[in-house]
Amino acid sequence: MARATTVEHVTVIATESLSKRYPRVTALDRLTVDITPGVTGLVGANGAGKSTLIKILLGLAPATEGRAAVLGLDVAAHGAEIRGLVGYMPEHDCLPPDVSATEFVVHMARMSGLPPAAARERTADTLRHVGLYEERYRPMGGYSTGMKQRVKLAQALVHDPRLVLLDEPTNGLDPAGRDEMLGLIRRVHTDFGISVLVTSHLLGELERTSDHIVVIDGGKLLRASSTSDFTQATASLAVEVTDREQELLAALTAAGLTVQAKGHLLHVDIADDATYDAVRDAVAGLGVGLVRMEQRRHRIAELFTDDEDLTYEDPDAPTTEGTAPTAEATAPRAEATAPTDPTLKEGEGRDAA
Amino acid sequence: MTQPETMPTPGTAPDVIHNIGYRKYTGPRLGRGYARLSLYSQSLRGAYGLGRSAKSKVLPMILLGAMCAPALIMVAVAIFTDMSKLPVDYTRYAVIMQAVITLFVASQAPQSVSRDLRFKTTPLYFSRPMERVDYVAAKYAALSTALFLLTALPLVILYVGALLAKLSFGTQTAGFAKGLVSVLLLSLLFAGVALVIAAVTPRRGFGVAAIIAVFVITYGAVSSVQGVASAQENYDVIGWLGVFSPITLIDGFQTWFLGADSAFPHASGPPDALAGTVYLLAVLALIAGTFGLLMRRYRKVGLS
Repeated sequence: MARATTVEHVTVIATESLSKRYPRVTALDRLTVDITPGVTGLVGANGAGKSTLIKILLGLAPATEGRAAVLGLDVAAHGAEIRGLVGYMPEHDCLPPDVSATEFVVHMARMSGLPPAAARERTADTLRHVGLYEERYRPMGGYSTGMKQRVKLAQALVHDPRLVLLDEPTNGLDPAGRDEMLGLIRRVHTDFGISVLVTSHLLGELERTSDHIVVIDGGKLLRASSTSDFTQATASLAVEVTDREQELLAALTAAGLTVQAKGHLLHVDIADDATYDAVRDAVAGLGVGLVRMEQRRHRIAELFTDDEDLTYEDPDAPTTEGTAPTAEATAPRAEATAPTDPTLKEGEGRDAA
Repeated sequence: MTQPETMPTPGTAPDVIHNIGYRKYTGPRLGRGYARLSLYSQSLRGAYGLGRSAKSKVLPMILLGAMCAPALIMVAVAIFTDMSKLPVDYTRYAVIMQAVITLFVASQAPQSVSRDLRFKTTPLYFSRPMERVDYVAAKYAALSTALFLLTALPLVILYVGALLAKLSFGTQTAGFAKGLVSVLLLSLLFAGVALVIAAVTPRRGFGVAAIIAVFVITYGAVSSVQGVASAQENYDVIGWLGVFSPITLIDGFQTWFLGADSAFPHASGPPDALAGTVYLLAVLALIAGTFGLLMRRYRKVGLS
């Protein structure tokens, strides 16, 4: 096994035909994936096997077959060592309400082996980095969801791990809170130099944060590639105008752009920054009102279909900023696989609201 | 500790006032033993409400006071009335005060383990280098120590008082030592039984009620059947019945092995060597068994 370093191109996580079968469900099915340093988004519907994978990577559940290594250490043989080098942020609430964030994170730092003085110092630093200031001395029971998520992230970072596993860190956050959390996750890698594996059932939010995206479904690897492969290939601009869509389509086509009409929306393939100018000029030229112009990216459903055969059942669904449509897009897929994996139904679309 | 190196912070807006950059931790990382010790001391302090809210200090401190007050009174009386011996044996004190001990263990065992289950904090422990056995051992040892402090402190008061009252040094020291052995076993036994019950439920109230019920009902059942046996002058049965409740188990054990006077009706402790051995084995089996059950309980907890 190669010794892991922080040098680029070394795998942080490597799995080799990793399987986990429970009596009724196959949670992971011969998953082989290499994850390199940086921010990696692990995307899948609820029950796709994300949490199971994290459990195995932390050495807390044995794999039924196959192997996995984290930071060059085999999970079956070096579980405790791995857990010393890795931070974990669970999906569920895990904070006792009657202690303050400071006390709690100090305690968790000591559980990771930091001496008392270092634990206090690192706690103060880490809470500041995640954006918790005066409120860190108050009992956590009174915190907002956003503050609780920050404390959960802080306890995963307090021992300065080489890798953090973040399980659905944006769950339950409002759009602004999601953006802040995603920005924070990005900084964990860029500023702190810590690799990140972040799971979500929403591709839309991870593609803005991650360097790489791994999509799993029903415990199988569906796709793994860099984020740019996912998004740049078909990055397009959704344009909605008050009137005369057909004339705008003709004008834009004449300007040399690839345009498709999808109901009221026009999808303009983005060639470069000049595309935005061309659209603006064309709209202004026609003298119609521009209702919206926004970047469109893949919805998770599109990953499950052939790239050449994109279908938009709901042409009004914007994907770039609002993450909700992505969750909706996840649901049909989850239902499609439900017969083989009953856990998929659990909580699906909960965040779509 | 070495000076932490300052990491370059690309991608950070320069106008963020608070950002002094992320500092890597290069200091020592102590192992499982240290984590276990930290959890032990945190749990032990927690049992007396230290490091917790003012409200949570009230009950344990009242119970500690209630546990020590009779000892202080006895000592005062012994000193001022020139008694030749203490009114209560060292080994008998905990048996008399069992209600206080039961209340303490019933209130603090759920505090120690049910909270971690209820607020799902356990995954955070097990996602760190510590293993299941570290967690269980730390929690078990912490509650046992807390109980030992509760039960041994009044014995210390009695002992010091006895020496001040100029009672026989040899007799008092021997009695004190036997008392300590007895409360040590009692602490381990009570902590184990209470933790197993508390670890089953994430609901603290249920845990408290269930622990009190187990201690009170078993003791009540044993003493009433002993009462019946006493009325029928069946003294051997009285001696055997004590095996079936924690406090009478300790009573029978110390009667046979430490030469204490039994609190059973007619002071009829274990009737023979076989019974005495059964008491010892029952105490040890319960301590080991409850530890084993706790280990089993946490096998499934994992991350969820």
